[in-house]
Amino acid sequence: MKLAAGRIKKPAYGAIILLWMIAPLFIGKYWTDVLNNVAIYALLGLSLNIILGYGGMFHMGHAAFYAVGAYTTAIINTAWGVPVLWLMPAAGLAAGLFALVVARPIIHLRGDYLLIVTIGMVEIVRIALINNVFGITGGANGIFGIDSPSVFGFQINGIVAPAHYFYLVTAFLAITIVLFYLLENSRFGRALKFLCSDEVAAEGSGINTAGYKLAAFVIGAVWAGMTGTLYASKMGFISPESFSFWESVVMFMIVILGGSGNIAGVLLGAALIIGLPEIFQGLQQYRLLIFGLALMIMMIFRPQGILPPKPRSYPIDKLEKNEVSL
Amino acid sequence: MSLLQVDNLTKRFGGLLAVDNVSFAVPEGAVFGLIGPNGAGKTTVFNLITGNYEPNDGSVSFDNRDITARPTHWIVSAGIARTFQTIRLFANMAVIENVLAGCHCRLRSGPVASMLRLPRQHKEERQALAKSMAELEFVGLLDQADNLARNLSYGNQRLLEIARALASDPKLIILDEPAGGMNELETAALVSLIARIQARGITVLLIEHDMSLVMKACEQLVVLEYGKKIAGGPPAEIKKNPLVIEAYLGSDDEDF
Repeated sequence: MKLAAGRIKKPAYGAIILLWMIAPLFIGKYWTDVLNNVAIYALLGLSLNIILGYGGMFHMGHAAFYAVGAYTTAIINTAWGVPVLWLMPAAGLAAGLFALVVARPIIHLRGDYLLIVTIGMVEIVRIALINNVFGITGGANGIFGIDSPSVFGFQINGIVAPAHYFYLVTAFLAITIVLFYLLENSRFGRALKFLCSDEVAAEGSGINTAGYKLAAFVIGAVWAGMTGTLYASKMGFISPESFSFWESVVMFMIVILGGSGNIAGVLLGAALIIGLPEIFQGLQQYRLLIFGLALMIMMIFRPQGILPPKPRSYPIDKLEKNEVSL
Repeated sequence: MSLLQVDNLTKRFGGLLAVDNVSFAVPEGAVFGLIGPNGAGKTTVFNLITGNYEPNDGSVSFDNRDITARPTHWIVSAGIARTFQTIRLFANMAVIENVLAGCHCRLRSGPVASMLRLPRQHKEERQALAKSMAELEFVGLLDQADNLARNLSYGNQRLLEIARALASDPKLIILDEPAGGMNELETAALVSLIARIQARGITVLLIEHDMSLVMKACEQLVVLEYGKKIAGGPPAEIKKNPLVIEAYLGSDDEDF
């Protein structure tokens, strides 16, 4: 049983990747745009997964970091005309610094307390944006006229040609998956999983739990910020309503429903949460009802998510006999 | 020369004086026991040493350094590892991964090195894995490496905690009731394990209720009652101390 599952896993992943890559050739603009949204939310879900999935911190304000990245991109691009893709590192840095400042005092909070504080954080950010903080965020109207990304002089307009944008966001998603996979299977990823499993034992084993929690917040925020660049340059305009509390809830649901702590689970979660409502559009107003019911049934019968992470195995059989000595 | 020096340690929980002006010194290389009836404040003393609690008064110095109220992870890096009275393993992870947690503070690679899979990071991971396997071999759990921690027997879970603590290359290991839940056979094996830990040059400080183990394993004892130190010395002396017999052992001396 286990062997069979292992044998079909690789071809299955291969087939899904192939299908994903060629999908824009067969589906229309509308559905390609849906896939673009799935990819953006997959990126947001993966970045939140570092904090919520591996670290086990109930962070319900991820849209705030996304907003900081998107607004950094929009402000610098519209003011000085810096090409948007060059602004990805700047957006990531801004979101990372923002996370460092806001997460530092709340990092020791546990579970539900952290949840409430992060909800407050995302609301404060949204309201600050509406109130045109520092006079640069454009208030409730937001910021218009953000350039589309260009790669080696090739303009990628996310609205006119979603297929072009599709390959841009897919490339970033692919890089992210690889990097996060390596991160998950490293000393850093392990430390987060230890502190998620038992914080006292982790600290007692020599892990700087507060430091790792903060680092998880910063890395998650950097990625959300860079995804903000992709979003701003796709839409051409951004407004505070795109970064509401509801956005944070969606990201939270993607991670929890898909399988927190598992990259494949988060990707599946993004596909289901963003894709399914589109598929069931025929059901009109009932679709959210069905969606909500499906979530409730899921949480009752499979609270660990659709694809929970498997315990990691280590290549102990690859060690030489003489290596194993004190 | 003493490796660990506890001076006038005092801890209050609200109105309760849990640890009252306790002082003792653990000599380097010794197996040192902390005994006393339930609620005497033994675990609290451990938690004060390892930085889980902050003392109201007094100080702890280790290796000629003041470590009072330092963060726990810092104290582990300084060379004090511990196990827990109520077993605290990472239950849903492999046995080997639990031991790797102990290696953590001796490794260096950070998130960026990991994302880029630098050769240095790769090599370090392999060494940590080998080191963890060696520690499992030392406590006798090598064949359980792939198993999940929660599937181990109670006695083996205690051994795994010891392996995790040893993986941090400590100078001092603090064992909080290591024989709790073990049968006689396992306890006998534990006594020899403690001797082998000592043979590695690691100082051992332990709390234990199993008097036969304490008498066999420890060279020095400190007895606490109601947070106060009431006696100290080698086991043979403690056994005869009337204060100890009255306060702690008097009611059930069949333990001896």
